[in-house]
Amino acid sequence: MIEALTTPFFQRVLLAGLLASIACGVVGTYVVVRKISSLCGGLAHAAFGGVGLAHWLGFSPIAGAAGFGLTASAIVGLAYRRLGSNLDTAIALVWSVGMALGVIFIALTPGYAPDLSSYLFGSLLLVPWDYVVGVAVLDILVLGTAWLLHKELQAIAFDEEFAEVSGLPVERLFLLLLALSALAIVTLMRVVGLILAIALLTVPAVIARQWRSTLPGIAGLAIAICAASVVAGLLLSWQFSASLSIALPPGPASVLFLATAYGASSALQRIRA
Amino acid sequence: MNAEAAAFELSGVSVERGGQVVLEDVDLRVERGDYLAILGPNGSGKTTLLRTLLGLHTPTRGTLRVLGSSPEAARGRVGYVPQRAAFDLDFPIQAGEVVRMGRLARKRWFRRYDDEDIAASRRALEQVDAGHLSQRAIGALSGGELQRVLIARALAAEPEILLLDEPTASLDERIGRGVWEILEELSQRITIVLVSHDIGAISHYVRGVACLNRRLHMHPDGELDDSILEAAYGGPVDLVAHSHPRVLAPHTERDEGPS
Repeated sequence: MIEALTTPFFQRVLLAGLLASIACGVVGTYVVVRKISSLCGGLAHAAFGGVGLAHWLGFSPIAGAAGFGLTASAIVGLAYRRLGSNLDTAIALVWSVGMALGVIFIALTPGYAPDLSSYLFGSLLLVPWDYVVGVAVLDILVLGTAWLLHKELQAIAFDEEFAEVSGLPVERLFLLLLALSALAIVTLMRVVGLILAIALLTVPAVIARQWRSTLPGIAGLAIAICAASVVAGLLLSWQFSASLSIALPPGPASVLFLATAYGASSALQRIRA
Repeated sequence: MNAEAAAFELSGVSVERGGQVVLEDVDLRVERGDYLAILGPNGSGKTTLLRTLLGLHTPTRGTLRVLGSSPEAARGRVGYVPQRAAFDLDFPIQAGEVVRMGRLARKRWFRRYDDEDIAASRRALEQVDAGHLSQRAIGALSGGELQRVLIARALAAEPEILLLDEPTASLDERIGRGVWEILEELSQRITIVLVSHDIGAISHYVRGVACLNRRLHMHPDGELDDSILEAAYGGPVDLVAHSHPRVLAPHTERDEGPS
């Protein structure tokens, strides 16, 4: 384990994961209290289309995923606001069309197909510096927006009708919240993968909600839990590969760590009550 | 922006929702300082009327002025208390923070709540005798406490008009009476318009009554009689069944207004 921490490529993927935890803890708090987890699940899958496009046209996959995630958040957000009961179908469509486009773009790319699983389930492999920088930029965007618009985001997450009566542009703020969610998901792309990112976005905030009763309190604890799950996933993945020569991607290990933590936290709550 | 403009001025207002006419040709003038109740059976368009006054629905016909301007421009000068909490009671937030949200309409973008907002929120909570609830989680409040917190949220913006949708619908009679007493006191200072089906309480406390059933039947001097209720409810309504005999008595001098 110590060996892992002194290895440069491990340090870099760990850095990317820890940076991603910051955005995820903050945005995940809003996603959980606003109850839009399934909506964000759709965004995560749709972002894969951007990975495919980036491969085909040869630009940075994180930029592609961010672009697709933002587009999907606008589509799903407007569907949520304006379609009402058809939201379910809209999520399913965005979800599958995004994945389908990703696969098609990658098929169109000449030469060997890249290893998709690292984008879907995460990877221990070296992440390029431009990815780490991308995560840091998204972090700044997400944290800056959450800091500047805390009052407005809290208002629309709590009571949309009252926010509207107060003159807030509720629809635009909701679309912004979804856009932030898409970006937070993208920060996790290389570490736990797009398919599993939704767990790291939401479960830490769900656990934190059991122990904290204010939004900043929940966000702070969620960041810590999210970071712990990233570290656990990466270390487990390293250990499997080092001692058993089994290539276990870090994403699934992180998710199982979180599920266990959630079970333990709920049990503790029961005992305490 | 005339300072002497009426609180609400509606002429020939019709509102359609989903292809259905919910409000038809409503004329209504509410002066400042009025305390008006709008009565009506379920589905009569009461909530739609309130939401129209708030600028959440746009009239398909007719004109609507709020404090002499458009409903959108009057936001922040009109406080709103919804019928039931439109939010999740599990939401991690304290009563004091909810009340502070009443200041939203007066705040600029990006600005955090400041000392003035916190002071105004505390005053609002104290006006409804709920100062002690400030630190309480919203989910830990009783029905009556929650209703007082929601009234405080509306008051935190220091509005000129208070709009309430069924302020006592979910409360038992004793708690409901407490809410009516708070409104009675507030009505000395600000204009109140509320929607309710509690005929007994309304006749006891408010100073003007209108009956709504898609069309509005105004009864300006606060007196209810069978013909008005029948017009709204579409059938005879037994007033004697209610325990407040003042419903048929002439109202007091306050109806003349401060002219």
